[in-house]
Amino acid sequence: MNTLEIIVFLPLVAALAIGFGAPSRATALGASALTLILSLVMAIRFLKLTDVEGTIFFESSRSLLDMEGFPQLSLSFGLDGISLVLLLLSTIVMFAAVLAAPKENEIKGSSKLFYLSLLLIGGGAIGAFCATDLFFLYAFHELALIPTFLMIGIFGHGENRVRTAWTITIYLGVGSLILLLGLILTVVGLGGTTFNIQDLIAIARVEGIPAESQPWIFGLLLVGFGVLVSLFPFHSWAAPAYAEAPSSVTMLHAGVLKKFGLYGLIRVALPMLPAGAEQLTNLLLVLLLGNIIYLGLVTIAQKKLDRMLGYSSVMHMGYVFLGIAAGNEIGISGAVLLMFGHGLSIALLFALAGWMRDKFGTLEFEKLGGIAKSLPRLGLVFGFAAFASAGLPGFANFAAEVEVFFGAFASGSGEEIGWIRWTTIIALWGVVISAVYMLRAYRYLFFGPKPAKLEIPGDLNWASRAPMLLLLAGLLAVGFVPELLNQFIRPAVEGLSLGSAG
Amino acid sequence: MDVNDLAWAILLLPLVVAASILVGVKRFAGVSALISTGSALLTLIFSIMLAANGGGDAEVNSFPWINLGEHFRVDIGITIDELSRGMMLIVTSIGFLVHLFSLAYMKDDPGKARYFAGLSLFMFSMTGIVLADNFVMMFVFWELVGVSSYILIGHWFEKNSAADAAKKAFLTNRIGDFGFMIGILLVWTLTKSIYFEGIEAAIGSVTNTALLNIAVLCVFCGAIGKSAQLPLHVWLPDAMEGPTPVSALIHAATMVAAGVYMLARVVFLVEAAEVAAQWIAWIGAITALVAALMALQQNDIKRILAYSTLSQLGYMIMAQGIADGGSNAGMFHLYTHAFFKALLFLGSGAVIFACHHEQDIWKMGGLRKKMPITFITFALGTAALIAVPLTSGFWSKETILEAAHDQHMYGPYIMGIIVAFLTPFYMTRLVIVAFFGKNRTDDSGHAKEVGPIMWIPLAILAIMAVFSAYSFISGPLLARGHADFGHFHFGLTAILSLIGLAVGVGAAVFLYRGKDSDPISIPLFRDKFYIDEIYKGIVAIFQDAVAAFLDIVDRFIVDPVVARFPAKSAMGAGNFLRFFQVGNVQGYAFLFGMAVVLIVVLLIL
Repeated sequence: MNTLEIIVFLPLVAALAIGFGAPSRATALGASALTLILSLVMAIRFLKLTDVEGTIFFESSRSLLDMEGFPQLSLSFGLDGISLVLLLLSTIVMFAAVLAAPKENEIKGSSKLFYLSLLLIGGGAIGAFCATDLFFLYAFHELALIPTFLMIGIFGHGENRVRTAWTITIYLGVGSLILLLGLILTVVGLGGTTFNIQDLIAIARVEGIPAESQPWIFGLLLVGFGVLVSLFPFHSWAAPAYAEAPSSVTMLHAGVLKKFGLYGLIRVALPMLPAGAEQLTNLLLVLLLGNIIYLGLVTIAQKKLDRMLGYSSVMHMGYVFLGIAAGNEIGISGAVLLMFGHGLSIALLFALAGWMRDKFGTLEFEKLGGIAKSLPRLGLVFGFAAFASAGLPGFANFAAEVEVFFGAFASGSGEEIGWIRWTTIIALWGVVISAVYMLRAYRYLFFGPKPAKLEIPGDLNWASRAPMLLLLAGLLAVGFVPELLNQFIRPAVEGLSLGSAG
Repeated sequence: MDVNDLAWAILLLPLVVAASILVGVKRFAGVSALISTGSALLTLIFSIMLAANGGGDAEVNSFPWINLGEHFRVDIGITIDELSRGMMLIVTSIGFLVHLFSLAYMKDDPGKARYFAGLSLFMFSMTGIVLADNFVMMFVFWELVGVSSYILIGHWFEKNSAADAAKKAFLTNRIGDFGFMIGILLVWTLTKSIYFEGIEAAIGSVTNTALLNIAVLCVFCGAIGKSAQLPLHVWLPDAMEGPTPVSALIHAATMVAAGVYMLARVVFLVEAAEVAAQWIAWIGAITALVAALMALQQNDIKRILAYSTLSQLGYMIMAQGIADGGSNAGMFHLYTHAFFKALLFLGSGAVIFACHHEQDIWKMGGLRKKMPITFITFALGTAALIAVPLTSGFWSKETILEAAHDQHMYGPYIMGIIVAFLTPFYMTRLVIVAFFGKNRTDDSGHAKEVGPIMWIPLAILAIMAVFSAYSFISGPLLARGHADFGHFHFGLTAILSLIGLAVGVGAAVFLYRGKDSDPISIPLFRDKFYIDEIYKGIVAIFQDAVAAFLDIVDRFIVDPVVARFPAKSAMGAGNFLRFFQVGNVQGYAFLFGMAVVLIVVLLIL
């Protein structure tokens, strides 16, 4: 077994161990910490590589099905710069989510199931990002989805949690099916000889799927992946699910698992169906404006912190889509960097929201206020998180958004303000919208006089601050020195050979 | 230390201080204040060394920030030229004096550590704007000054008014930055560069002048926000909710002048875009006039000064639009104004401090005798602001009006002349009501002169207010703008200005001497042309009502149509989806199996 396989299977094995009676919190913490350390080791080893353009490293492959006439199926993993960044995102957020999870005795119900599910969600995401085989890329994501549904239904907040769990299950289930159909058509269209992603891309470059059928298949993938990322108009599952799920689950889903759809577009749909991508770009531009402007405004209308954060997370997906729609090196790099930045910042915000829900018993803006005076530490960390999410320089999200905007502008032609440049200009208004809802929320919650009835709990202690500071450190480090991640992303994106799009 | 070390030290020192206060020093408020003030003094010394290091441009190391190979690259790079050397001196000298003044002013404030961390963060951000060698880096620090401004305006955030003002300032600036970013992207599209040097080199070969004009106007949007020009001026008067030293440093002398500085930095762009330049001049002139009208009827001492800041910023922006080659006039006025307006704000701070946080001038009175040093320095600052001949403000304002006249920009010119009547009027009103007459309340009756930590900065600034335009001071400080006596001629502009001064001061003395309440009432000016109310309406309708409407649409139309209806009909049609019931793991496993079978079947066929 190489290190990468250990990283993928460690959380799953730990989940199994918890199932057989290992102490749940300790096991989960240990496994997620070890995974995080190992993924950092991978990053350091990656730095020592030379000539990394477009190559997959640390590959392992165990052939499962290799028969004449069947597509080759193998349990194979590998990393390039893009998947490495997402691996880092997954392991950081998984560790933070486990840290932020309630102690065993504070969980209503089976703490075993709780921690086991967290590890499955994290491990599934890691597997999906590291898989180099299309079948397992899909399967690992599904593996992570099931416990997400369970967690909302069993451990969620509010009276509607079962209905919400139902909704998200059906919704994402249908999305997954559409996606599956699209993937099957892609594999079949590319000869049906292998599930290996790199091989499929190589085939697509030589003799791809006929250009006239590409838009249909790409459309299926766009809808399938899009549902998972809450692309407008397939978004309505997201905000209620995020609001009602336990905060650790939301941290993992909104922060990590949701990025699977975007990753899939970059890893699978763009390189295998370039002509389809090109023909559907304008459609994608319209839809992503739905995320940024329409859902941005809906976010402004929210009156509870958790729902507002849920919508804001959906809204910000529009910028990642914009980077993908740009289809050039700058835009895709920005999209990948933004996945990382958004993942950490939304996980941080939901960690804070979860803490506040526990302590105050409510997240309604109207019932809260003036918190910063009595809880300065909470006010400070929340302020950082809010500004990170609103795209302030110094945080990873800003550097990523700059890349997205420049990438999108670069993909326009000549000096003409075509579709994509107009989209970028309109999308920039979303930066104002984000600031409006974030600063309003901060104003409602933390500033002004304290409502007389509000009881103030003790401030954040070190235990509750630890996961938050971890996430914050990641945001600031990458915000100040984007090169920390760009050095991985750059050669990988070059390797995508996006020449045709730009 | 060579130029390279000096420049980086000036940039990074305040950041280090702000960060160290944040992570731990904040427990010791006194230490926080001292290291912040100490770093301000050091950056001032470094800036002087930088200026003494010889003129001309210097090469400074830069570091890649965003590096996407051949496709896109943003450096954190530093421009050292006359413009940035001069501006650094303005920022660090006033910055240090304000830090010093704050030591006394904020002595007993419970949030002292946070306050000084905010000041240091501001010094870092402002330095970044001044030294930036490219648009994206400037934008980065442009946003960061916005944050430090937000933190400092909202320093007393338990007060609803302060909390709202901080939010309003940040959001209004974001609207300007929306345009700014579009402008940067358009300039990049036209010139293929984000670096000022590269843009200047490529600007000659840009043929699409229509787009260039639009690009420059978009870039100018950034200045409209930051320098509080019409129609985004509404945040600056409210920003007076912050502690008064902050108003002096950020909301009078430096940050709000960043828009003017930015236009000076890209003067080649403004000159290449003639139509845009005209717009810039007109917007500056209109702001100068409208803000002066609003100032006539304000009663809060800081708000009067805030409107006068708006008005003077309008002068500077107008000068940048006139683009008289090298943008001397605007930067010159920025320089003189920085000192006399910082003086006036710190003076008002001393008054407010002495009057137990009373800000209404009609509740003051007679302070001349109680606070003689404050009064004399305030009077000198007023003299410079209303352009009494031979004071610094006179020379710089004359330069702007002369330039407008010479370039045949008669519309802005006439508005500028009218402002020259209005400024002496409202400032004389302020001085007479607050400092002369009798004490109207106990607060002003018990006022006494402030201590030396507060009056020493006032005295230094007062000297600058009078003399800063003369070349023995401004020569080494600001090579690109100083009193150009050889050029000055006693013509129409000077005569009109002097008449304005006499009429303005005379009318105010005549109207306000010995009065205990305002004898004139012009609601339109007092209520600021109702612009705030109009904006509130616009936000309520075009943002909040639309948002609420879309929220309903999302809940009751999009969700049912896209999600529930298909789900229900699918379930009705075939029960196929029963596999997705919560917890039905076997269903999933079965689906996987089905998928594999499906693939196999497809392949065989």
